[in-house]
Amino acid sequence: MCLGIPGKVVSIEGDDPLYKMGKIDFGGIIKEISVAYVPEVEIGQYVVVHAGFAISVIDEDEANQIFEYLKEMGEMADLAESAEATAIPQSTKQS
Amino acid sequence: MKYLDEYRNPDAAQRYVQAIRKTITRPWSIMEICGGQTHTIVKYGIDQLLPDKLRLIHGPGCPVCVTSTAVIDKAVEIAARPEVIFCSFGDMLRVPGSEHDLFSTKASGGDVRVVYSPLDAVKLARENPQKEIVFFAIGFETTAPANAMAAHHAKHEGLKNFSLLVSHVMAPPAMDAILSAPQCQVQGFLAAGHVCTVMGTTEYDPLAEQHKTPIVITGFEPLDMLQGIYMCIKQLEEGRFEVENQYVRSVRREGNPAAIKILQDVFRVVDRTWRGLGEIPASGLGLRDEYADYDAENRFGSAADLDSQESPECISGQILQGFKTPHECSAFGVKCTPERPLGAPMVSAEGACSAYYRYRRLSSDSS
Amino acid sequence: MSDKIEISCPIPKQDYPQVLMAHGGGGTLMNRLIESVFLSAFDNHALNQRHDSSVIDANGSPIAFTTDSYVVQPLFFPGGDIGSMAVHGTINDLAMSGARPIALSAGYILEEGLPMETLEKVAQSMRRAALEVNVPIVTGDTKVVDRGKGDGIFINTAGIGVIEHGLTINPSSIRQGDVVLINGDLGRHGVAIIAVREGLQFETTIKSDSAPLADLVLKMIAEGIEIHCLRDLTRGGLASALNEVAEASALTISIKENNIPVREEVRGACELLGFDPLYVANEGRMAAIVAPQDAQRALEIMSAHSQGLGSAIIGEVKQKSTAPVLMTSSIGATRIVDRLSGEQLPRIC
Repeated sequence: MCLGIPGKVVSIEGDDPLYKMGKIDFGGIIKEISVAYVPEVEIGQYVVVHAGFAISVIDEDEANQIFEYLKEMGEMADLAESAEATAIPQSTKQS
Repeated sequence: MKYLDEYRNPDAAQRYVQAIRKTITRPWSIMEICGGQTHTIVKYGIDQLLPDKLRLIHGPGCPVCVTSTAVIDKAVEIAARPEVIFCSFGDMLRVPGSEHDLFSTKASGGDVRVVYSPLDAVKLARENPQKEIVFFAIGFETTAPANAMAAHHAKHEGLKNFSLLVSHVMAPPAMDAILSAPQCQVQGFLAAGHVCTVMGTTEYDPLAEQHKTPIVITGFEPLDMLQGIYMCIKQLEEGRFEVENQYVRSVRREGNPAAIKILQDVFRVVDRTWRGLGEIPASGLGLRDEYADYDAENRFGSAADLDSQESPECISGQILQGFKTPHECSAFGVKCTPERPLGAPMVSAEGACSAYYRYRRLSSDSS
Repeated sequence: MSDKIEISCPIPKQDYPQVLMAHGGGGTLMNRLIESVFLSAFDNHALNQRHDSSVIDANGSPIAFTTDSYVVQPLFFPGGDIGSMAVHGTINDLAMSGARPIALSAGYILEEGLPMETLEKVAQSMRRAALEVNVPIVTGDTKVVDRGKGDGIFINTAGIGVIEHGLTINPSSIRQGDVVLINGDLGRHGVAIIAVREGLQFETTIKSDSAPLADLVLKMIAEGIEIHCLRDLTRGGLASALNEVAEASALTISIKENNIPVREEVRGACELLGFDPLYVANEGRMAAIVAPQDAQRALEIMSAHSQGLGSAIIGEVKQKSTAPVLMTSSIGATRIVDRLSGEQLPRIC
């Protein structure tokens, strides 16, 4: 239900925290967006924007998680495959 | 575009698809609650890449689809008044009420304007003191902080000509109602990443526990969806029922405290009628008494007083809970099309029926 | 075909007693209006071709003839105005038959109270646009309506062109195996307009792509490219144009999402507002469907032309299947690309 698009904060203005606005860059177009809900945001960071409001600051470390997870899965798959390959097949086991 | 393109990487997508195929051993039904997620699934054809054993049910997470007919009728009535500038998100303009929608109201001379943000409506109120500006405040918890800020600014500035027609809904009560239904077919849930960006994840622990259903909070890009589906399938296969967060780059356990604060200052929990599903107690948000002056229903009369009627042929309630697919509706594609919707799920781009109509004719022909 | 860029109502009831905004939307409802009211009234061979311009026989010489009306708001936008659009649009309709445009007409409906300076600016813009393509505006008309009865200016332009080739450039010539090209990136015009519309403003350097395509088409013809069909991608975007052409030819057009060029800024605006670039209006873009053996050469010729920078091969024509237009998405699955039912609206959902 919620179109939330990532954009880069290029400037911030306003003294009253609830009226603070930021200029956010979305692939080259700039729109004025309320940053009242991300008081900690700094210029250069990315935010998720919905209906004219930034609702979160994108955590750059966590942003890689999707790919780290894949890598781990890949490593585990490799481990499982190599475990199978080195296991002694039952039929040839000498008792 | 950064933080978008990476999550549309086809190789990574294929790898997640392979992982899902390797993990799944029996049929499962997963519901994605959010319309934005439905949109991604059909736009990228994700469901075509997934194994047949996996059934995706498109849930009622689309404010367009679940805003009650009475509220639409009220919106239409207010918008028709000559002294009113009626502002709305674009999504709502084509939703059919009992007889009219906001578009035809515009055709008849109503001043109906699409805005991108509720703050645009407040701006109009400042600039047009001789007019009544009414903003259609719909949406889930994601949009509530934005709408709350509009109300807050209006009150702070003492604007006399601004009000909100509120029809907010909340995700967890809807998920609870769906999981509690006797014929419930949902075995796993993909929760809405942007709702949780605002509200955090704690509300979902009791749901997962009580219904023994895994809940994975998922983002909206193809890789987010695929990873979320994988995590959900893994839980199902392993017999777990936990709340997991896939959308870690945006969702924190505590959500967004600044947004929650203003949301709670302006709104309180109310009972809400969901179109197609009926009334779900404590499932909506309404304006607090301190904001009574900004409530359009106080100025223009209550939506409940209107004599609203749903199309008798629309089975949206059954579709939104996954009991039927749009293909099983006798009106689907015949009497009910995107040009001529009988009910809400055919209107919104991510309503289940519209999604099926636009993108799914491929698989219906082959099934 | 009217080109009003305004939100339009797509919800038809059967037998509407009144015309609605949806009837100007370029989509299904407008087509029904045209069929039920105009085609049935005027029924003739040329009209029934239902192409951008009609080819008629003038004593043995084929002449292309077209008309279009322009009702755009705002009147001035980055990269153009209603005047330049009115010239380019009609030139392009003629170009879609492969005609060499030779003359234009311009009819004006002006709203009482329109500043004279605005009218002069528009006229000068049309003068420049016409000079640029060396096509004179040879006749015209002016009417004034009461204040409140018009959107400032409505312009109708009609154009005639000569057909100096032996090709039949319309959907009936399309064959299985044909290749689909476009002459550049999509969506600039729609984004430029939205950028200045009240309530949806944002800063951008994107300008409308409004431009004349006649020279490009004539060059392709002169170089011997076997062009089967051309279609300009105006309102409803690439998706609507390809749907029309595929339906008319009873074949399926299959395109690849990864091959479709869209500038990053246009993508940014589309993501922000929830638009799909496939449906966003263009004013200087066309789809060219050519014989497969000429596809590479067509691409080279187009890419070397000033109106073809960024040209791309985006798909091919296949046997009729599940839908008129199919697209392979960027992650490798296939989806149907439907016609637009109304106009795209900014969404939050």
